Amino acid sequence: MFMDSDGFLITEMESIARRTRGKLVEMSHVARTPHLGSSLSCVDILVAAYWGFLKTDPQNPGDPNRDRLILSKGHAATSLYVTLAYRGFFSLELLETYAQSGARLAEHPIYGSVPGVEVTSGSLGHGLSLGLGIALAGRLQGYGYRVFVVMSDGECNEGSVWEAAQFAPIHHLDNIAVIVDYNKWQATGRSNEVMALSPLKQKWEAFGWSTHEMDGHDLSSLVEVLRNVPDGTGKPVAVVAHTVKGKGISFMEDDNNWHYRFPNADEVQKAKWELGLL
Amino acid sequence: MRNAFVAEITTLAAKDERIVLLSGDIGNRLFDEYKERFPARFYNCGVAEANMMSLAAGMALCGLRPITYTITPFVTTRCLEQIRLDVCYHNVPVIIVGTGAGLSYASLNASHHSCEDIAFLRMLPNMAVVCPGDACEVRLALRAAVEYNGPVYIRLGKKGEPVVHLQAPQFTIGKGIIIQDGLDVCLLSTGNLLPTAVQAADELRQRGISACVVSFHTVKPLDEAILSDVFARFKVVATVEEHSVLGGLGGSVAEWLADRSFLRSHLLRVGTPDAFIYEAGEQNYFREKFGLTAVMIAEKVQQTYQVNTPR
Repeated sequence: MFMDSDGFLITEMESIARRTRGKLVEMSHVARTPHLGSSLSCVDILVAAYWGFLKTDPQNPGDPNRDRLILSKGHAATSLYVTLAYRGFFSLELLETYAQSGARLAEHPIYGSVPGVEVTSGSLGHGLSLGLGIALAGRLQGYGYRVFVVMSDGECNEGSVWEAAQFAPIHHLDNIAVIVDYNKWQATGRSNEVMALSPLKQKWEAFGWSTHEMDGHDLSSLVEVLRNVPDGTGKPVAVVAHTVKGKGISFMEDDNNWHYRFPNADEVQKAKWELGLL
Repeated sequence: MRNAFVAEITTLAAKDERIVLLSGDIGNRLFDEYKERFPARFYNCGVAEANMMSLAAGMALCGLRPITYTITPFVTTRCLEQIRLDVCYHNVPVIIVGTGAGLSYASLNASHHSCEDIAFLRMLPNMAVVCPGDACEVRLALRAAVEYNGPVYIRLGKKGEPVVHLQAPQFTIGKGIIIQDGLDVCLLSTGNLLPTAVQAADELRQRGISACVVSFHTVKPLDEAILSDVFARFKVVATVEEHSVLGGLGGSVAEWLADRSFLRSHLLRVGTPDAFIYEAGEQNYFREKFGLTAVMIAEKVQQTYQVNTPR
């Protein structure tokens, strides 16, 4: 539960999340790039991270003791770029170059392209294992940092996710947390119809993780749980964050056409109006 | 080679705290001393090679020098995408060590055969591919790999192979080692067939042909200086490897040669055929079958030499 000062912060974060969504819609329109629905669904997770629970300093992005956030669902790159830019990791102008020929910001994040992008992602099922390596290195080198890995529900189809899920608990890696952006869709179908994903929380629990289930758009719940990693159980933490694909824009919400579609100029205006940005 | 690997890595780990050994549930008792001395720097990653490889990349991103170790196909093709994206794209110093090069585990069927690994790994940008020819080169390759600032694949045979180097030679990744010079033909050998290549040179000498033998331990980056030299000097240059004739050392040299004009020189690729094996048998049975014994290699080289030398 939040004190008054935190209450103020949450309001501020909500406003940042709204502006982030507006920017995502605009970028998808200008660059004519897909994955808008997937990007919108994890906005609150990333805002909660960069303004709420990550110990990281935009002025010192190479600090060896920084908390790491790995966007394993690399197709939501715009979400990461906008939060990083708004948080001060790089200039807002750079966002205008997104997906242009020769630009640093590609449709999936590239390691080393801009401060704050910790790894290259795009092929699903890699981020958690990379995160485990970083978490183990932190332990071996005596750092206190934590690693947060944002995954998609479709990504849980990948066998390597469950290889990683078996590794972490046996080595008591409690400085890592997985946040599954559970928006109930993958590229071409319902994520519970394509593969037997459900019950997702119980799966992580059965693999030995300290698990939580929450509304993935509830900033205070996300911050409250994830700021407390390690959580004292000695286990890695898994958060099944229930989200809505296309969240925040009524005509995109839970409509999987927006996995690949990009909005036209009218739709951008409509979206911004709904977000209170006009 | 395997025992040399374990001994050397134990020695290196004592001097270098960045070294972390990751094993894919293999090497029962092999690592006992290492584990006892460096318990915090050994992880049995289980039968989960994809996770092991990405995890190693994550460690290397933080400045460690992880070594991933298991049977060759499982530490290469099984997790090729993890090697490609997490290790090579990030260009981090993960040392990938595969045991069971070529037909070392012939009796265990195609699942354990490894005649395509060089081809797969050398295609990846940033990757160095090193195939030591004997136990001495294994030790030197490991020392060099730990100092190398990028991904390295080290391809081991099994245990108990003959030793070629009586004294430790100068060893640099990307630089071949001339074992003996010659006048007529040149054998470029990579990996566990080096002792056989040396024997083949002896056999050729008895047939009146003087052979230069090079331990071409690094398939990538290619030692272009040695290639330029031997293709200028010898009428026949033979690549010798326990790997498919496609894509390994022979393939690499053929690609290199295709862009150049060495009109008087002929390349002969000696290796395993582009075919799976569907029968039982030990390594030596298949070496015989595929013409990879010293006598059979000498025979092929002699024939090629004679065809290319007008009487």
